[in-house]
Amino acid sequence: MTAETRIKFAQVAAGDSLPELVIDVTPTTVVLGALASRDWRPMHHDYKFATERNGVADIFLNTPNQAAWFERYVTDWAGPRARLGRMKFRMKTSVFPGHRMVFAAAVTDVSTDQTGCGWVSLQVELCVGAPEDDRSTYTVASTCEVRLALPDSQTDNPWLRSGDQWVP
Amino acid sequence: MNETSLDDLSQEVSAMIGRSQYFQTATFDVENSYGYNTLAATQNNNPLFWQEEVAQELTLGHILPPTTLSLWMRPHFWEPGAAGEQVALQVHFDLKKIFDLPEAVMTDNTIIFYEPVRAGDRISNSQVLKSVSGPKTTKLGSGRFWVIDVEFTNQRNELVGIESYTGFGYRRGTEGAAS
Repeated sequence: MTAETRIKFAQVAAGDSLPELVIDVTPTTVVLGALASRDWRPMHHDYKFATERNGVADIFLNTPNQAAWFERYVTDWAGPRARLGRMKFRMKTSVFPGHRMVFAAAVTDVSTDQTGCGWVSLQVELCVGAPEDDRSTYTVASTCEVRLALPDSQTDNPWLRSGDQWVP
Repeated sequence: MNETSLDDLSQEVSAMIGRSQYFQTATFDVENSYGYNTLAATQNNNPLFWQEEVAQELTLGHILPPTTLSLWMRPHFWEPGAAGEQVALQVHFDLKKIFDLPEAVMTDNTIIFYEPVRAGDRISNSQVLKSVSGPKTTKLGSGRFWVIDVEFTNQRNELVGIESYTGFGYRRGTEGAAS
């Protein structure tokens, strides 16, 4: 048995908080994320297009890359045995180079479905601001509701569920 | 989002709502390198994707990070015989053209994950326009919101995921305030 069980389902309760993740965004962050997700649209790599055509402040993080950041944040906490079932996120403002991203989350619900799979619901918030500014001034860039399957023991493995045993 | 009645929309748009369109199969196989690009772009050290023994134990071999789902259907920027910009979410661009809205942003995204995607898979998808709002004005400009669902399957016709996008197509330069 090599795969770490970082958190078991029974260890989680509504109201729990996840540790924060802080990332400073550079142009490389934006371009790397866009190209990694095969998103060639110019507002994610062309400053003039973003500012003059789209009318925004700079190039900005693309949607699939934001999803990947949410995945990274949640599985940092939950470990490799945790399996994403669903994520729903709303982008309120764009994330630009020069922003500091701060991810934070709380557990909003824990439940077991009809197949016996343990689920944790998380409300994740991505706030952004200038690194030198006080965090109280940061704005919410995106919110994300995550439904995550967690193992209930060292031998349980949500990844092996499929068909009618996987109800995300 | 305020949905508008079908009577308010053109016949062309009304006919699109609820209809599966643009079924297509990727022109390339799922490959690990793009998974690593995504992991690198997000500094994601999940051992499930980096350690062979962990992947064998948990998922019976390597899988791709779930949130890479949409990238397997994104066309190459250029390929022989292709003319013009190649785009992934054609219904979105159709709506921009129909409503003559030159700019657009995505505001909401829902992803439901089913069978894991593995290197060597060949993914297919189709797009369904779910709804179109009436005219709206936001701080970006005036336009409309729309919701598009995309269903992804693998070469065994197993469902691997469903994505739902809310887009806002708009025209800049209006006097309207954010609403």
